[in-house]
Amino acid sequence: MSAALLQVRDLRVTFSTPDGPLQAVRGVDFDLPAGTVMGVVGESGSGKSVTMLTVLGLTQGAQVSGQALFEGRDLLAMSAAEQRKVRGARIAMVFQDPLSSLHPHYRVGWQIAEMIRAHEPVSRAEARRRAVELLAMVGIPQPQRRIDDYPHQFSGGMRQRVMIAMALALRPRLLIADEPTTALDVTVQSQILDLLRRLQAELGMAVIIVTHDLGVIAEMAHEVLVMYAGQVVERAPRRAIYYRPHHPYTRGLLESLPARTGLPGTLPAPGRAGSAQRQRLRPIAGQPPSLIRVPPGCPFHPRCPFVMDVCRREPPRLRPVDVNGSHESACWLPPEAVGLGAEADARRRAAAGSGRIQPAEAGWGAA
Amino acid sequence: MLRFLVRRVLFGILVLWVVTVVVFAIFFLAPHDPARLIAGRMATPATVAAVRHNLGLDRPVYVQYGSFVWNLLHGNLGYSYYRAQPVTQLLLSRLPVTASLALGAAVLWLLIGVGIGVLAAVRPRSLEDRAATVFALTFYSMPPFLLGLVLLYLLFFRLHLAGVTFFAGGGYTPLTQDPLGWAQHLLLPWITLALVTSVTYIRLTRGSMLDVLGEDYIRTARSKGLGELRVIVVHALRSALAPVVTQFGVDLATLLGGAIVTEQVFGLPGLGQLSVQSVTNQDLPVIIGTVILFAFFIVVANILVDVLYAVLDPRVRLS
Repeated sequence: MSAALLQVRDLRVTFSTPDGPLQAVRGVDFDLPAGTVMGVVGESGSGKSVTMLTVLGLTQGAQVSGQALFEGRDLLAMSAAEQRKVRGARIAMVFQDPLSSLHPHYRVGWQIAEMIRAHEPVSRAEARRRAVELLAMVGIPQPQRRIDDYPHQFSGGMRQRVMIAMALALRPRLLIADEPTTALDVTVQSQILDLLRRLQAELGMAVIIVTHDLGVIAEMAHEVLVMYAGQVVERAPRRAIYYRPHHPYTRGLLESLPARTGLPGTLPAPGRAGSAQRQRLRPIAGQPPSLIRVPPGCPFHPRCPFVMDVCRREPPRLRPVDVNGSHESACWLPPEAVGLGAEADARRRAAAGSGRIQPAEAGWGAA
Repeated sequence: MLRFLVRRVLFGILVLWVVTVVVFAIFFLAPHDPARLIAGRMATPATVAAVRHNLGLDRPVYVQYGSFVWNLLHGNLGYSYYRAQPVTQLLLSRLPVTASLALGAAVLWLLIGVGIGVLAAVRPRSLEDRAATVFALTFYSMPPFLLGLVLLYLLFFRLHLAGVTFFAGGGYTPLTQDPLGWAQHLLLPWITLALVTSVTYIRLTRGSMLDVLGEDYIRTARSKGLGELRVIVVHALRSALAPVVTQFGVDLATLLGGAIVTEQVFGLPGLGQLSVQSVTNQDLPVIIGTVILFAFFIVVANILVDVLYAVLDPRVRLS
C-alpha cells in the first residue's frame, strides 16, 4: 500500500526508569491508508497508547527510534515547530477521559477557538462562529448557548462530544481516538461510537481507535492491530480478527469478551459450539510481562496454552496466515491454526503438541 | 456569589469584634498601670489618680469597653496616651510607609518566586531546578535582619565609599513628594523582604506546576499544536496559581500589618515600628488600633482570596 496516509516503521520507544530501560514499544510497523479506520487493541501496558502519542510527538523523556511517515514526511524527524503545525491541524487526538482532558478553567468555546486560532489567522468572532458550528456538528443541543459553558457543566457524553468537536475543528486527515469510550456509561458509549462513525464517513478522514475492548471497534474498524508487550502480534481485516483469529492472545481477548447481545451484528458469542462450559467468560491467565525484563522468545509464551519449545527461544515475526497476505500473525503455530471454538483449539493443540517436548503448565483451553 | 460575600463580610466583622474583646481582656488582665507610667516615678497618689481619671481608666472595664466600641462605630479609635494625636491619624500617617514597603516587595517576590518556580518545574531535576533549590534554601535559612544588614553593607556602605550614592541607607520619602527618592529609599527593604518571602513561592509554584503539568488537559493542549510557552503560561500556570494566591493573600496582609524587623533595620516609620513602640509604652489605644487594623487586613485578604479563587476557577463559582 504505497498510498498510505501514515506509515510507521520499526517504531521503538524506551523510557529510562530507576529499574532500567523500559521498552514500551518494541518495533511496531503498520500502514494506514487514507480514509480508513484502524483499531488498535491490547491490554494496559501493551504500548498502544504510547505508540500513538509518539507519532504525535507527545511522549516526553523517551528515546524514540524508527519512522512515522505522514503524508510522506517523517513526523519523528521533524523540528518541534513543524510537528506543532501537524499536531491538531493534520492529526488530531481525542483522549480517554473528557473531564480531565478539557481544561477546567476555560469555556469550551474558548478551548475550541484556541485550537482554530493556533493554526489559522482568523478573528475571534470567526473562530467562535466556527466553534458553534462544530458543537452543532457533534450533536450538542443549543450550541449557541452551550459554547459559553465550562466543561464541568456538561455530562460525560457531551464532554466527549466537545473533545471530538475540538479535534475536528481543522478537518484533520487523521483522528486518533485513545480509548474514547472507556470513561463513559455503556449507553453513552454506543452514541459516541455512532458519532465517530458518522463523522468519519462524512469527513472522509482516517481514524485510529485505540482500545482494550474489541467490542468498541467491532462495527467500524477496517483493519485491526492486536498489540502485546510493545509489539504488533496480529494484524488482520476486522472480520478475520473476529472469526478467524490466529494468535492465541487474540483468541484469549475474544474469549474474555462477553457476548454482545445488546449490539446487533457484531460478535459471534465466543465458542458458539454451545457446550455449557463455553458460556462462561475466560480470562487470560497470568499477567502481561514486565517491559523492563521482557521474556525471551515470544513475549506471550509464559501465558500461552499452546506454547512450544521454539516459543521460549526465538521471537516470532509477523508473517501471513492467509493466501493474500492481509492477515498476519506473530506466532509459531502453523497458518491454518485459526478460528475460535473447540475445533480450532484442537487444531492448535495438535500443532503445538508436535513441537513440544514438555507440556505447557498454563491450564486454560487445554482442560 | 453575593450571598456568599455577605456571609463572609458578616463573619469578618464578628472576627474583628472578637479581636477587640481579646485585646481588651489581655490588657486589663496584665499587671500594669499606664497612669503611673505617665505620671512619672515621683508623682503623688493624687496626681496618678488625676491622670487615671483623665484617661478614663478609673471607670469599670465594661464601661470603658462600651465607650471604646461606641467610638469605634463612629470611626474613632481614641487618643494615644503619650502623643497628643488621635489613633486613627497616627495609623494613617504610618500606613503609607508600610503599604509602600509591602506592595513593592510583593511585586518583586511574585516575579521572583513564580518565575523561578515555573522555570524549575518545567525542567525538573535539571541544572536550573537545582540552582533554584540552592537559591531557595539560601534565603530560606537567612533571617531578614541579617540579609538587610548585608545588603546595607554592600549596596549602601561599600557603594557609597566607591562613590555610587544610588541606594539610600534608611528613612522614608513619601511617593507624592519625590517618586525617585521614594523608590531609592525602599529598594533595599523591598529586596530584603522579596528575597526572603519569594522562597515560599518558588517551592509552592514549582510543586503546583509539577502537578498541573502532569494533568491530561496539558497533554490536550500540546496535542492541539500550541506553542510550549502558551501551554505553560495559559494552560498550566493558570491552574497552578490557586495555592499561590492563598499564600499571597495571607503574606500581604501580614506585611501590611507591619514588617517589624525590616522596618527596624531600615529605619522606616511604618506600622511595625508603631506597634513595637505602643507595646513598650503600654499605649492601649494604639495597641488596639494596630491590632484591629492588622486583623482587618487579614479578614479582607481572606475575603479577596476567596473572590479571586472564584475568578480563577469557575467550578468554585457554582458550589
